[in-house]
Amino acid sequence: MLSDQDRIFTNLYGLHDWGLKGARARGDWDGTAAILARGRDAIVDEMKASGLRGRGGAGFPTGMKWSFMPKTIGDRPHYLVVNADESEPGTCKDRDIIRHDPHKLIEGCLVASFAMGAHACYIYIRGEFYNEARILQAAIDEAYAAGLIGKNACGSGWDFELYLHRGAGAYICGEETALLESLEGKKGMPRLKPPFPAAVGLYGCPTTVNNVESIAVAPTILRRGAAWFSALGRPKNSGTKLFCISGHVNKPCNVEEELGIPLRELIDTYAGGVRGGWDNLLAVIPGGSSVPVLPKSICDTVLMDFDSLREVRSGLGTAAVIVMDKSTDIIKAIARLSQFYKHESCGQCTPCREGTGWMMRVMNRMVQGRAELDEIDTLEQVTRQVEGHTICALGDAAAWPVQGLIRHFRPVLEERIKAYKAQASGRAASATSGRSMPLAAE
Amino acid sequence: MVKVTVDGIEVEVPAGSNVLQACEAAGKEIPRFCYHERLSVAGNCRMCLVEIEKAPPKPFASCAYPVNDGMVVHTDSPMVRKARRGVMEFLLINHPLDCPICDQGGECDLQDQAVAYGTDRSRYEENKRAVKDKNLGPLVKTVMTRCIHCTRCIRFSTEVAGVPELGATARGESMEVGTYVEKALTSELSGNLIDICPVGALTSKPYAFVARPWELKKTDSVDVLDAVGANIRVDARGPEVLRILPRLNEDVNEEWLADKSRFSVDGLKRRRLDSCWVKRDGKLRKASWQEAFEAIAAKLAGLSGDRVGAVAGNLADAESMVALKDLMAALGSANLDCRQDGAALDASCRDFYNFNTSIAGIEEADALLIVGSNPRREAPLINARIRKRVLAGPFPVAGIGPEADLTYGVDWLGNAPAVLASLLDGTHPFAATLKAANKPMIIVGQGALARPDGAAVLAACWKLAAQTGMLGAEWHGFNVLHTAASRVGALDLGFVPGSKGKGLDAMLGGGVDLLWLLGADEFDTARIGAGTFVVYQGHHGDRGAARADVILPGAAYTEKNGTYVNTEGRVQRGQLAVYPPGEAREDWKILRAFSGFIDKPLPYDNLTAIRARLEQANPVFARTNVLPRFGCSDTAGPAGEPTALSGAPFRPFIENYYQTDPISRASPTMAECTETYMPTLRQAAE
Repeated sequence: MLSDQDRIFTNLYGLHDWGLKGARARGDWDGTAAILARGRDAIVDEMKASGLRGRGGAGFPTGMKWSFMPKTIGDRPHYLVVNADESEPGTCKDRDIIRHDPHKLIEGCLVASFAMGAHACYIYIRGEFYNEARILQAAIDEAYAAGLIGKNACGSGWDFELYLHRGAGAYICGEETALLESLEGKKGMPRLKPPFPAAVGLYGCPTTVNNVESIAVAPTILRRGAAWFSALGRPKNSGTKLFCISGHVNKPCNVEEELGIPLRELIDTYAGGVRGGWDNLLAVIPGGSSVPVLPKSICDTVLMDFDSLREVRSGLGTAAVIVMDKSTDIIKAIARLSQFYKHESCGQCTPCREGTGWMMRVMNRMVQGRAELDEIDTLEQVTRQVEGHTICALGDAAAWPVQGLIRHFRPVLEERIKAYKAQASGRAASATSGRSMPLAAE
Repeated sequence: MVKVTVDGIEVEVPAGSNVLQACEAAGKEIPRFCYHERLSVAGNCRMCLVEIEKAPPKPFASCAYPVNDGMVVHTDSPMVRKARRGVMEFLLINHPLDCPICDQGGECDLQDQAVAYGTDRSRYEENKRAVKDKNLGPLVKTVMTRCIHCTRCIRFSTEVAGVPELGATARGESMEVGTYVEKALTSELSGNLIDICPVGALTSKPYAFVARPWELKKTDSVDVLDAVGANIRVDARGPEVLRILPRLNEDVNEEWLADKSRFSVDGLKRRRLDSCWVKRDGKLRKASWQEAFEAIAAKLAGLSGDRVGAVAGNLADAESMVALKDLMAALGSANLDCRQDGAALDASCRDFYNFNTSIAGIEEADALLIVGSNPRREAPLINARIRKRVLAGPFPVAGIGPEADLTYGVDWLGNAPAVLASLLDGTHPFAATLKAANKPMIIVGQGALARPDGAAVLAACWKLAAQTGMLGAEWHGFNVLHTAASRVGALDLGFVPGSKGKGLDAMLGGGVDLLWLLGADEFDTARIGAGTFVVYQGHHGDRGAARADVILPGAAYTEKNGTYVNTEGRVQRGQLAVYPPGEAREDWKILRAFSGFIDKPLPYDNLTAIRARLEQANPVFARTNVLPRFGCSDTAGPAGEPTALSGAPFRPFIENYYQTDPISRASPTMAECTETYMPTLRQAAE
């Protein structure tokens, strides 16, 4: 269990002042100029040594990402873009960072921008986060007024401008290149990669897109040292992480913990346990809606970090733990996710545009059991036809929950289908028309 | 160059190519829907997936993946086949099974590739998507349910046509391609959307349900409805031309075709002259060839040569023009003219009336001045080339003339010839821009020349070209943009007043007693003297025929083997696709027959012989299709005093793009376009 002095987000619950004064009391903006004085390379090396992996879902090493930016500023300016378009169902960590600890993010923006040679940083915040955007803007204004950002930020000699941009409410705009398109004023549709944003990003200039949490933890890591951070957690999965625990638990919450904490310990310690006790657990989606669901048998022992969850064919994602007890209709739950992805598919590339709708329709029938047994295999194949064939990862995200369902809950699906058939044949026997069972499109 | 191995075949492709191009270089066919050589890469159809070794184990969209040296690509591995089959299945689940009533049937990319890469049955049991059709105007028919969202049409209209009117609304499955607010597309190139649409979502409205591609006889030919000389394919069934499509020619039209050239096709079977007519008692009556020739011969008897004249029309082929010129010479007449609009073109040197830079050469230029021209209306394909050059990088374009939206940024300097004078004396800042450019060019339109001071404007433009380095040994930046397909050929043949000959103005108003109009409809026939006997030889009952005393039915451009010289001076040949209707005959044969009738036989009896005569008249006719480019060898300017510019502002040369010649005026489709796009003209006509 993480000790209190190792916590980074000390105002996660909003018990203290979110403003500059409160932030300073918690240690933010302490010696920022000294950090910048270490120089670009030192900062990037420190971040690499800390082993911080991106907190947005993909888990790409943050320090390495920063190092992809050109070493010298050419004729095109560099940009840092912070992805605050937190829309993954189940995830609510960036929101709490923004509304309770905005100065961690702002300081992180300055440090990260400096490390990449960016004089300008954009924060793209989810449109629905209206109050959060107001708080963040107020915090930015405070920082400007205190000379912490702007010309000669913190007296370091580095000019730094920070802009807040509100999105208009599309899940796909959380994809880094779609976010850049949206920021440029275009329709939020992912770009083809390569070229990657580090080469051709915002307005065609070298750009790095980072998650809010990845940026917000950077100043603390630099202040306390990479060794401290990497000592937490497990090898290659170091540091602390915000977990968002929701669903059928007694006390849903956000909590900062070490990576690699057992799932059961996480739920029992912080969320007051599963509703009705651990044995009442049906399944857990461990990392936000797009990772495959895990049944109780795996949840008993699995550790919450990138590699452990990958071993059980799921993923840490955004670490949004969605707990479902035995009262859950697991098929309906996953069908709801399929509907979400169908609704949020941008429609640019074929497999996702067509596949998400197909998956949703079959899933909706599966909820009733109005399907044939071999359609489970067809559905599985459809998810494979989407996965890995799309421009961005939304196709994968739509495919994985269904794959997880089929992998772990196939008997439930079969049972539902058989029950429907039995019921339907009973209906058919009682009806004089002798009409066969309504299937599919009827 | 980088080395890439595709299915074991090693190829070298330029660095910066994509994998798809490398596969094509290796002779491997890659299926695709969204990728198009002339449009930006979208990478959204996911049909061109290939496997790349030493990359993550997933298929990559080859159209969007750059090649690396030593890359090993597999285009037919099990993974690739499976991936393509999957994508094809997705494309088909919401595509209607209406191939039997779809106009794209038989030339549909989706149909062909479904056969090659798809499965034989559907696993999709749900309802299919249906999308409301959009009204894109009188030319493009939509069946939006068939759309596979490749976005080629969106990219074409935004990038090539320069009218960003198409776009996609909504997202995911609900995404629809349309014009946001329903409206007719305002591009002169909208017909190309039909060609680039890989499915039957965008088809030709006038051609709907007319024919299947396999029923058509295809003939390669050349377009004559503007002076670009776009290469076309004429599709005919029986005696009818049913549609016209562009043919690939990188130097002229690439693979595009302007709407007038494509959709005027229904004008070819309306208002046709299919027999001879002779005026008796003030009324035109049907007649035989014998009677018609007799009537002309009777009028000719006793007339001296200088009382006879001929005017060549805008659609005339070079063969008929040389025959008419020879006939006039046999009659002792030098009264010839081809400049119906009165443009002050100087035929003494080819450089003075050609588009010397060449159309492809526009892409090399680095500054442009347009004088008295609206290329968007006068030559949409050349306008598209200029736009392509503008998009490629810094390319300052300035214009003198009435302001117009040319689909790219133009710095309009003013509408008076005085601007030209200020450029000449260097007081205007754009003169410095032209001087600083390495390959500057000027385009002089007919609107600048068809005016009383036309000769002065031409001379001034030439002088400006000479002053600003456009007339170099390697670079020729002086261009005249014509609108008539026959014009350059006519000037090459010297179809202008000979020594002591009369020009158009002199011939009109009683200057001659017999006037032979070879399809000449583009001047005010009321100016012809009341006593002048008019022979109209042509294919449509238009203005000229209305004034005629004798009508000789000729052949339209799809009905004869004709030679045309486009505005660049490129000699191209059209081919006979169908025979002329009724009694109508190929035009040069009519002239040859008449010459025999009056015992002054012209010395050619077949196509080979008359083409030999063309070469003899001007050696440029010996070289077809290719256009060697030269610099300017002689900078001496055309006749005309560069300083004699008047104060009158330039006026648009073409008011209505859709109706400029007898064929397009006879076309109901073009009439509908006029009604849709030129509502003010319609009101004026009413």
